[in-house]
Amino acid sequence: MATYSTNEFKGGLKIMLDGDPYTIVENEFVKPGKGQAFNRVRVRNLKSGRVVEKTFKSGDTVEAADVHDTDMQYLYNDGEEWHFMHQETFEQMIANAPAVGEAAKWIKENDVCKVTLWNGSPLSVEPPNFVVLEITETDPGLKGDTSGGGGKPATLETGAVVRVPLFVQTGELIKVDTRTGEYVSRAKEA
Amino acid sequence: MRRVSSGGVRPTPISDPPSRSRDLASLVEDWRPAASLERIRARADLLGRVRDFFAAAGVMEVETPILSRAAVTDPALASLRTSIEGPGGGRHLYLHTSPEFPMKRLVAAGSGPIYQICKVFRGGERGRRHHPEFSLLEWYRPGWDHWRLMDEVADLVRTILQRPHMSEERIGYRELFMRELDLDPWCADTETLRRAALDVGLADAGHLDLDRDGWLDLLLTHRLESGLGRGGMTFLHDYPPSQAALARIRPGEHPAGERFELYIEGIELANGFHELTDAEEQRRRFMADLEVRRELGLPEPPIDDAFLAALASGMPDCAGVALGLDRLLMIAVGGDHIDQVLTFPVERA
Repeated sequence: MATYSTNEFKGGLKIMLDGDPYTIVENEFVKPGKGQAFNRVRVRNLKSGRVVEKTFKSGDTVEAADVHDTDMQYLYNDGEEWHFMHQETFEQMIANAPAVGEAAKWIKENDVCKVTLWNGSPLSVEPPNFVVLEITETDPGLKGDTSGGGGKPATLETGAVVRVPLFVQTGELIKVDTRTGEYVSRAKEA
Repeated sequence: MRRVSSGGVRPTPISDPPSRSRDLASLVEDWRPAASLERIRARADLLGRVRDFFAAAGVMEVETPILSRAAVTDPALASLRTSIEGPGGGRHLYLHTSPEFPMKRLVAAGSGPIYQICKVFRGGERGRRHHPEFSLLEWYRPGWDHWRLMDEVADLVRTILQRPHMSEERIGYRELFMRELDLDPWCADTETLRRAALDVGLADAGHLDLDRDGWLDLLLTHRLESGLGRGGMTFLHDYPPSQAALARIRPGEHPAGERFELYIEGIELANGFHELTDAEEQRRRFMADLEVRRELGLPEPPIDDAFLAALASGMPDCAGVALGLDRLLMIAVGGDHIDQVLTFPVERA
């Protein structure tokens, strides 16, 4: 079992705490001139996303979390779970709803996503930064309005709802920034 | 690790494959000082003001060895060790964690008031306010107690920071814990201290295996320190006897280590003692430290017999203090990371 000493703590290090995988967000070394040294760390639970503070005695060790990121292609959803494939090994993996989370709003077949694996199983899925999706429903804009001022909601083929300019119509493709959930531009083919 | 992420470091591109030119580029970045030239100049000004201050006060500047046959026994301090090859070699020498022992030997030899500016070395200390080698200003005042030395520390800080009206408050260690946490650090047991930590929101610390002083250190560093020295100077004084370090212990209902620490804006800046001059008591404390080191599996360095001999020869009553110059400079220039005032932090040294 791999372990890390507090001396190795730094942002991004993946550790196990109370049975869950965490990533270190921030590590602070705290020590009175004559006294006990501590590492005060902010850690993010990789399952829940919650950030909490933890204190360690300097020199203590913690178990390393077997967590790493890999690029995988999204294949399909079988109605319950999401199937991904490693692009080089062609190995397939199944991610459940908690792991896919918000990414479900944005991804469609063949998109390449960043899948975080814990002990070899998908822990979380990050969609591409930009996706091109078709508008399946939006109110017709006012005729002749091309200013884009104001905007209106539009439902996309994946079910996500984004605000788009008035001139954009049902059936068109648009580019969306998945980090902000905002419309970027009209698009041609994906 | 090639770089630390302190201020002004560009993120490393991760998509490109490593290349010779990229390695060179990172080397080029590493050769530059971490501190701005303005802050390097601020350090030179600070050192000049320190020397002017002590020249005016009639305190003599001295130098003592960085390398020593003996080392500090304090379990919370880790001495770095080296060895010399060739003539005069053949044994281990320790880099000092402070110049305290040889400076007291000078005082015992009749030097009168002395000060020193030097680099000191401490293993395992690295963070926003810690660096394994740092600049210490240490001075000794024969015939003074810690109260009078606090006056002079405050004068020096006002002079260095050029804030002649900077305020100063003094609060006892016991008084601080009673006021802020409603507990008496002299008699609270470990379970009481552990529960106090939970009560003040340190729930995650409940599992820690700490002794009484460890819990007190946790409460002080995590909940009390940040409020000390806001807008001025706070001297925390009269420590529990178990934390007296090299200070004499004043007898009484609550016997107190005659020790003080200076805080400015929550930063621990200086540690001073009304010095223990009793050689026998000093030897007992060294041996007790070594006992703790043995239990913790820490190195047990040789104790400084020359220092003990100096005490036994009849060292004058005196007070002494060590002040971290890098942290004082951080406060002077408004920095929040020690690397901002260092030319070449250890990762690029």
